[in-house]
Amino acid sequence: MKPAPFRYLAPRTRAEALDALRRYGPDAKLLAGGQSLVPLLAMRLARPAVIIDLNRIGDLAYVRPARAGLAIGAMTRQRAAEDDPLIAARYPLMVAALRWVGHPQIRTRGTIGGSLAHADPAAELPAVAAVLGARFVLANARRERVVDAAGFFTGYLTTALEPDEMLTEIRLPPPPTRSGWAFTEVARRHGDFALVGAAVLLVGDGEGRCAEARLAFTGVGAGPVRVPEAERMLSGERVTEALAAEIRRVVARSVEPEGDIHATADYRRHVAGVLAARALIEAAGRLEVGA
Amino acid sequence: MGTRYFGEPVRRREDPRLLTGRGTYVDDVRPPLLLHAAVLRSPHARARIRRLDVSRAAAMPGVALVLTHADLPPALREPLPRLIPHPALVHHKTQYALAPGQVRHVGEPVAFVVAESRYQAEDALDLIEVVYEPLPAVVDLEAAVRPGAPLVHDDMGTNVCAEYTQRVGDPDAAFAAAPHVFRERLRMDRGAAAPLETRGVVAIWDAQTRELVVYDSTQAPIRIRNYLAALLGLPQNHVRVIAPDVGGGFGPKIMMCYPEELLVPHAAMRLGRPVKWIEDRRENFVSMNQEREQIHDAEIAVDADGRILAVRTRFLYDSGAYIPYGIIVPIVASTQLPGPYRIPNYECTFKAVFTNKVIVSPYRGAGRPHGCFVMERLMDLVARELGLDRAEVRRRNLIAPDQFPYDTGLIFQDNAPLVYDSGNYPALFERALALIDYAGWPAAQAAARRQGRALGLGLALYVEGTGIGPYEGCRVTVEPNGKVYAATSVGTQGQGHFTAFAQIVADALGVDVADVTVTTGDSGAFGWGTGTFASRAAVVAGNAVALAAGAVRDKALLVAARLLEARPEDIELAGGRAFVRGAPARSVALGEIAVAANPLRGTIPAEWEGPGLEASRYFAPPRGTFAAGCHAVVVEVDRDTGALRILRYVVVHDCGPIINPLILTGQIEGGVAQGVGNAFYEQVVYDPDGQVLTQTFMDYLLPTVSEVPSVKIAHIETPSPLNPLGIKGAGEAGVIPVPAAIASAIDDALGTRITQMPLSHQRLQALARRAPVGATAGGAA
Amino acid sequence: MKRAPKNARRPGATRATAAPRGRARRLEPVGEAEVRLVVNGAEVSRTVEVRRTLADFLRENLGLTGTHLGCEHGVCGACTVLLDGQPVRSCLLFAVQATGHDVTTVEALGTPEALSPLQQAFMDHHGLQCGFCTPGILMSAHALLRDRPRATEEEIREMLGGHLCRCTGYQGILRALRAAAGLPPEPAP
Repeated sequence: MKPAPFRYLAPRTRAEALDALRRYGPDAKLLAGGQSLVPLLAMRLARPAVIIDLNRIGDLAYVRPARAGLAIGAMTRQRAAEDDPLIAARYPLMVAALRWVGHPQIRTRGTIGGSLAHADPAAELPAVAAVLGARFVLANARRERVVDAAGFFTGYLTTALEPDEMLTEIRLPPPPTRSGWAFTEVARRHGDFALVGAAVLLVGDGEGRCAEARLAFTGVGAGPVRVPEAERMLSGERVTEALAAEIRRVVARSVEPEGDIHATADYRRHVAGVLAARALIEAAGRLEVGA
Repeated sequence: MGTRYFGEPVRRREDPRLLTGRGTYVDDVRPPLLLHAAVLRSPHARARIRRLDVSRAAAMPGVALVLTHADLPPALREPLPRLIPHPALVHHKTQYALAPGQVRHVGEPVAFVVAESRYQAEDALDLIEVVYEPLPAVVDLEAAVRPGAPLVHDDMGTNVCAEYTQRVGDPDAAFAAAPHVFRERLRMDRGAAAPLETRGVVAIWDAQTRELVVYDSTQAPIRIRNYLAALLGLPQNHVRVIAPDVGGGFGPKIMMCYPEELLVPHAAMRLGRPVKWIEDRRENFVSMNQEREQIHDAEIAVDADGRILAVRTRFLYDSGAYIPYGIIVPIVASTQLPGPYRIPNYECTFKAVFTNKVIVSPYRGAGRPHGCFVMERLMDLVARELGLDRAEVRRRNLIAPDQFPYDTGLIFQDNAPLVYDSGNYPALFERALALIDYAGWPAAQAAARRQGRALGLGLALYVEGTGIGPYEGCRVTVEPNGKVYAATSVGTQGQGHFTAFAQIVADALGVDVADVTVTTGDSGAFGWGTGTFASRAAVVAGNAVALAAGAVRDKALLVAARLLEARPEDIELAGGRAFVRGAPARSVALGEIAVAANPLRGTIPAEWEGPGLEASRYFAPPRGTFAAGCHAVVVEVDRDTGALRILRYVVVHDCGPIINPLILTGQIEGGVAQGVGNAFYEQVVYDPDGQVLTQTFMDYLLPTVSEVPSVKIAHIETPSPLNPLGIKGAGEAGVIPVPAAIASAIDDALGTRITQMPLSHQRLQALARRAPVGATAGGAA
Repeated sequence: MKRAPKNARRPGATRATAAPRGRARRLEPVGEAEVRLVVNGAEVSRTVEVRRTLADFLRENLGLTGTHLGCEHGVCGACTVLLDGQPVRSCLLFAVQATGHDVTTVEALGTPEALSPLQQAFMDHHGLQCGFCTPGILMSAHALLRDRPRATEEEIREMLGGHLCRCTGYQGILRALRAAAGLPPEPAP
């Protein structure tokens, strides 16, 4: 299983990479962690003429405070993010979700930006990005633009990235002062892509109720799926078993998954509801504790 | 014969080189001037090849050869050999080296390219132009036997290639008169062996000496050698097949012959340069033989106490597009179904059916998992329907320890009567029940229920025919350096033969096991044998090893007697020396005996039967020896997500005396892991057009450490009277009853009635949804 | 824009070539490149096709066949080596990506005459059968135990979760790893 021939370049700076994209964009693929791309190359399912290797660019991997939030360079390794104290302190949901991404050996090379740009419908990070209100910096040789998650994830394995653009940074807004969070997933084996996954972030009002609730699911749509009706129902409410059961029903009837050999649409729909309720209860527990 | 090593957990002799990356697997064989091959495979399940143009591929720089069916010599254009004929196998259709104008399964080889690198060979595949005319394919097993189904082979008029019935007693009468008859339809879906090392062949042709050396990741190097010689027109003594270190076999590597096993040597002979072909993982899922697909309509007749009066099953066996290996798997399923129970009336009928899918041949278990699944599901069904305890129903029907040898009345896969030679099923069973704490289960389950947890306990028993013939052999040689060398006819794929056989030799000759070197899998080292399959290598080859070592021992005593001027019966072997009993100073080293046995002058006595301290022996068992086991498992089911957790897993196993407990434990634990895969994770999925949807490890799910339970193993030992060592086989034991045991446990947890394997999160969740909350498998303890 | 000097255009050169600030080098994509890296402590240098994987480079160009290919799509872990001390799938890296880096393969861990303590633990506890998956597991385990000599059961399982084994059912491997980490070979009941 050997890749078809391609030509290769390894820019050393962001500017070089963007210039290469400008010249070769439509015929090129960006090589980040390679954990998703290289299998496609090996199976000859992708046959780009040019591979632009981003791994020699020193200043695309970073985690730093920015605008009271956090800026994560797209080439930040998943394992580095998992171990990063800033992310752990302020966005523990991301750390929790990263533990479900593949295995440690995959996360050694896999990148935050690479996973998001690949946009697998069953990946964990897109749902996390949606729930955290992440914004995506897309750059080409001329300019940068910033889109939110809804704008970034446009379809099955598709994002808003133009052929000459690269995801350079993920910006996380300041985390709410009071929040509860949870990430849970059902996968066929530990480390597999999710059959269904749920990411929940509850913003507290200081009196044990949700000022705002964000729920995002993976495995039930082309990209991460929010359920606005469920989020509205939670707004201003205290999470109870009864409310969680209601949310479970709403989520199950709102999502429109497709089936595949691993799980039917019916299963995914049902389990989305189950996980929504479980994640809600868990997140609410953290909200109580003031985590 | 001493027993210093037999039964001991001797560390494996092969481990130091395997651990340090110095193993030699077929892809590690790299002769100079090596060329690399790739295979163009059919993307269609059924099609006519309208146009096949390889000219652009052949002209590509770096390409040495492109072959299609038309380019092959006559012997290789014909269907490949029929391995195991049977009177009931009326249409013994076999596969082709390259497709002759039509294809019958996705993955069937259409063209063969040889180039300077595998990268270039795959580039050349892209340049081959094929125009296919897709034809209707028949994929579903039941659809294949309906009138009007597309035919896999046009000249048969049917897709049924064999139909076979075995009958014991009078089942019709028994069913007619029975107080209770229960029926079940049971299904197991396709699975694959998926060894970590795929297939591979390297062929080296010496045009001057006209000798062919082939490295092949096969379980049967000697038989491959014989087929290669016949099909390539070479004398057997000019062909050497070596199975080097093999990264797992599990059955499909016993297939003879895969197309590539012929194409690679043929190409090497044509080109005068060595050729290598290594199967990649995607190819493996469309061209390594698969197994596991059967549909049974089974019924059981019992009296009011749950005693079995009769069992009957009719089943369909999916053979894939060809049937080179014959009807071994369904015969094994049919005849191993009765298991450890007394069944006075039994009938088993199967139809072997062609479908447009990858070829089927045995995979670990080889039909025993199906037989066990059917029988054990029926026993649970009887218990539930009659309101009896599941263990008690089984107890009432077990063959008693004083009933051996027990003739089932059936004919086994070796064409010999299926007679259980020895066993103690009640002891096995009670031990398992004790280890899983069956008596305490109702209370434990109720306590869990109160916490909202759905826990279940499952049981499954099986009997496993092992150690069948025809024969295996061994030659043991003591060299002047005092070291001992044993060459046997089987190959090794991880079972530790290098160590287990060395233990046997060391015991016989009184040497240190570290001074014994065992060679397996090389037709040049030993040229008569069959292969490693059907849990037979330890029994058949092991006993041949013992016989050969024993003969060398006897000879050593004869020669030493002369040297020491004593009688052979007064001589003992220990510490690598022969000495006179009671006078240890009078001794001679084995190496010196070897020298003395091969003098430069004089003569050698007739009683020595030849020079040197060496002997070859064969062991040809007249029939198989029967191991047995019981698995018990506790599971937890998440009703909402269908997740399955295995909380406890118990195996009680009887394979007679144990040569090396480390190795045996490994075999059982590995088998259980594959069984867990068969129960919950592993299914080869075909779409209605015959496309294989599970072609990678992302879709065909092998259990990882998180999915496999630790296993509590206990042994009982009922020696076999059928071989000198008294041993029974164990290679397949771990896998056989796992789906049955897990189904039994899930039914106990949910009150379901599971009749299909494998399950999955989704299948289990759908079943749980339909099952009433609070029900159990029924029956009080 | 002034062109950068010819020798600065070679991608993958170990010597860092600083591009003028604010100006991108005009890189030309290549089909072949020189690979210069350290493998098991020794410097190696070869020219290869850019699509050649690190796994194939190690096995075929350097003759280090201890690293095995089980799937070539990053799932089975048999190809795992250490890149700068961290376990990676060598089938998912191109050789040219390894330039300037440090690669460690199973051949560096020990010899048949002198097994490392980890390798000895595998031998003592029957942690391998056919041995095909073993080198990859040894590399992951080596890295884990180097960083966490007293690794916990959970850490061991997390690391082993990235490897498929078809022979052992994992139990012998777990016993070996527990022993290597100073844990009792059988877990507490």
